[in-house]
Amino acid sequence: MIKCIRLLGAWLFLGHQVVQAQEVSVVKWKEIQNILSQSSDTTYIVNFWATWCKPCVAELPHFEEVQKNYKDRNVKVIMVSMDFAKDLTARVIPFVSQHQLTGKVWLLNEPDANNWINKISTEWSGAIPATLIVNNQKKKKVFFEQKLDYDRLVKELSDFL
Amino acid sequence: MKKRFWAPFIITLTLGTLVSAALRPERTQTPPAGYPIGGTVADFKLKNVDGSVISLSNYKDKKGVIVVFTSNHCPFSKVYEERIIGLDKKYAAQGFPVLAINSNDAGDYEENSFDNMKKRAQEKGYSFPYLQDETQAVAKAFGATRTPHVFILRNDGSKFTVQYIGTIDDNYQDPAGVTKRYVEDAVSNILMGKPVVVTQTKAVGCAIGWKDA
Repeated sequence: MIKCIRLLGAWLFLGHQVVQAQEVSVVKWKEIQNILSQSSDTTYIVNFWATWCKPCVAELPHFEEVQKNYKDRNVKVIMVSMDFAKDLTARVIPFVSQHQLTGKVWLLNEPDANNWINKISTEWSGAIPATLIVNNQKKKKVFFEQKLDYDRLVKELSDFL
Repeated sequence: MKKRFWAPFIITLTLGTLVSAALRPERTQTPPAGYPIGGTVADFKLKNVDGSVISLSNYKDKKGVIVVFTSNHCPFSKVYEERIIGLDKKYAAQGFPVLAINSNDAGDYEENSFDNMKKRAQEKGYSFPYLQDETQAVAKAFGATRTPHVFILRNDGSKFTVQYIGTIDDNYQDPAGVTKRYVEDAVSNILMGKPVVVTQTKAVGCAIGWKDA
């Protein structure tokens, strides 16, 4: 019986993940701003990527892994796609389900990037991949315009937890 | 005896180099500093898709040059391609042509090989040179980090100085939705002998992958 419930639980969990994997929200800057200005003790890892960017795609599994291993420690990973909004259904959604991404994926539809790049970090030239780690309650923020891997992410997160 | 005298120095030097290398912060993709606004651009010489070799000094009779670091593979470069061709059409006749440079490692994206650059320039009828920066030395000297990344150079007589660094306009997705034409505004001002108003902008682009990273 317990095994049965466990299986059911696993099935529901996986089922939920599959549903999540197919969801990509198209967002405006306001949504990113909300993350940057939230005051809870949540550490957000915001990664800027795109389906056509090889180094970005290569580091996706590392972010997935962090998200799975740190979800009980107030860490939230948001993968912000810089793909064009017109490519959402033909390209981004199929990519996300093909790669079985279970984390939160947003497509930021704000083509006037000059208006918001410096708000992410003045260190950012605009090249991707790029990653911001922020926790407002702890008043901590760190930014990378480079590839990151699991070990590096864990190392950086240790300062936030 | 002579050898023994030098040995400690050599060991110290070697150790020093090793230690400083080990202490260097691990930021392999640190964007190069590059030229500041107003900075003088060093001459460079690169291979063009037509087989010729082009150097900046070839442009000494021009009023300036719109240097665009671009690439074959990057979607941002692709959506801006027509606009880059348009810039050359508009300003080459006024003595302010486009000079396109591809500094990407063809090992990262085969689309950026010299052969593919040639094809691209032919297919799209580039009216300007499309240079390969194989060693990436030019991108590093400029501080180019992404494609497309524009540097507007003004010919000050004996030297070229950087007057604008950034993006072409404020809407990569839709040319019809553009409200600010940063490059056109900058070039127009230079042609009128006025200072450039917006000298630096940022845009999302494909990172130039460094070969030694």
